[in-house]
Amino acid sequence: MSARFEPGNHVRVATRDHFGHVRTPRYIRGKRGTVERICGDFRNPEELAYGRWDGDTVALYRVRFLQREVWDGYAGDSADTIDVELYEHWLETEEG
Amino acid sequence: MSATHEHVDRTDEFLERAFREALIARGVITQDEVDSWIDVMYERTPALGGRVVARAWVDPAFRSRLLADGSAAVRELGIEVGPLKLVAVENTPEAHNLIVCTLCSCYPKMLLGLPPDWYKSIAYRSRAVREPRAVLAEFGVHLAEGRTVRVHDSTADMRYVVIPMRPAGTDGFSEEQLQPLVTRDSMIGVEEL
Repeated sequence: MSARFEPGNHVRVATRDHFGHVRTPRYIRGKRGTVERICGDFRNPEELAYGRWDGDTVALYRVRFLQREVWDGYAGDSADTIDVELYEHWLETEEG
Repeated sequence: MSATHEHVDRTDEFLERAFREALIARGVITQDEVDSWIDVMYERTPALGGRVVARAWVDPAFRSRLLADGSAAVRELGIEVGPLKLVAVENTPEAHNLIVCTLCSCYPKMLLGLPPDWYKSIAYRSRAVREPRAVLAEFGVHLAEGRTVRVHDSTADMRYVVIPMRPAGTDGFSEEQLQPLVTRDSMIGVEEL
């Protein structure tokens, strides 16, 4: 499976609820970030958790976010960042 | 904590024992295999990470390979990382890195062994992402003005290790002399050397 995004692409994390096991932290949903690197293809933890070992693989990315855009009233430096690993089906293209 | 197995009074321990004994009774695994996995886990200590960091300090080409592909670079040193991928991030005068797993307690066991209890605490996991500078200050790390903090939340299949800055006054040190200077906490990002 090829990766839809490249390093440097602007993305937004999907805002949706997910019933059951998921590796997308709630605090990062809906936030805008930049792809830092492609990590490779991995099986989907949302399926693995329920015993589906042979499901399709999905591209995993490290996405970098500015802390001041993630937390209201962030107390640190305006350049501080947080990197989060996110699977492709949680990412949407962000213009600009 | 004393490691007595005479009383199993916690639900998770009870479940672990029941599950393990069921697997052994059905011939899926053996007790010897369980014992050897536990031995492997305890053999892994931060000294492994110290070897990696010391090599990165003395060998710029290795450092570059480590930053580009952590898993492949540590295999050069004979350290097997398993199916997970290792990502090394380096501290510089411009940026300080901090590792956390907000969702559970993912940790680079292949390089650092078992995680400290505080790494698994709700307080660390929630505060390290939201107020990393306050958490660092509580660990005694006071960052210079203008230094960026980069937090890494290991949410999925990557595992992270920080390459701390080489301590001042160690210019003449050999790789072997540098290795024991590298602490566990410095490789998580809550200590500067």
